Amino acid sequence: MSTAPAPVELERPDVGEDQSADRPWLAIVWNDPINLMSYVTYVFQTVFGYPRPKAEKLMLDVHHKGRAVVANGTREEMERDVEILHSYGLWATVKRDD
Amino acid sequence: MSAVKRVRGGGVSVRLEPEEAALVRALMEQLLALLDQDAPGPGDELAAVGISERTSPPDDPVLARLFPDGYRGDDRAAGEFRRYTEMGLRDGKREAARTVLKTLDRGPRPVLDDEEAQTWLRALNDVRLALGTRLDITEEWYEQAAELDPADPRTPMYAAYDWLTMLQESLVRAVW
Repeated sequence: MSTAPAPVELERPDVGEDQSADRPWLAIVWNDPINLMSYVTYVFQTVFGYPRPKAEKLMLDVHHKGRAVVANGTREEMERDVEILHSYGLWATVKRDD
Repeated sequence: MSAVKRVRGGGVSVRLEPEEAALVRALMEQLLALLDQDAPGPGDELAAVGISERTSPPDDPVLARLFPDGYRGDDRAAGEFRRYTEMGLRDGKREAARTVLKTLDRGPRPVLDDEEAQTWLRALNDVRLALGTRLDITEEWYEQAAELDPADPRTPMYAAYDWLTMLQESLVRAVW
């Protein structure tokens, strides 16, 4: 998943602005032994509207690597996503991208 | 044996044996009772708008799993997140369990619309999270269960967990 910042317009740099305020936040889902692989994939498709192959890849990342970044955006957006994931019983947290 | 099938024209039918329906009902009732325990914010004025004073996770490991911290390694952010989300999440989980109970009243083979089927998935998952956390389920839980003495009080809990897992799996396949 891309977390790259937007290209900087060289002729008009953002002077005096706090760049860190624009850095994306992440929603992370952690592996747990209870949630079903099929259910987790279904939740990623339902909550984020991801196509099935992308949802499946994220689910497998969670399963094999222990966690996966499932979304990025503003802090408020990520808190909302994590709240929704908690409503589905997934183990999710918000983190600042670094 | 339960059977979940897509219904022509929309929705899914869930066929449960009477003892299976009774089990689902009992587990939803237990979930509702649990969700009322250690609930944040009763009586304080912000509770009316869904904000609680409590910022620490519930003591009960099952409740702590149903309402996990929203941040790792940042207690202050996790506490703020909890203040603004836990009450609403509790309400949503209660509502889901009540929807399951209500649809079971339709008879031995309730037909669920797509929204109700999704609500069943969430409620069944919450019950599995509760049972699985009590049983300290690991990825190798079949081995855990196989090593148990049949007289062990946890044996029927494993059986219920196993059956709920199959029910949830077939329901996911039906709504997907």
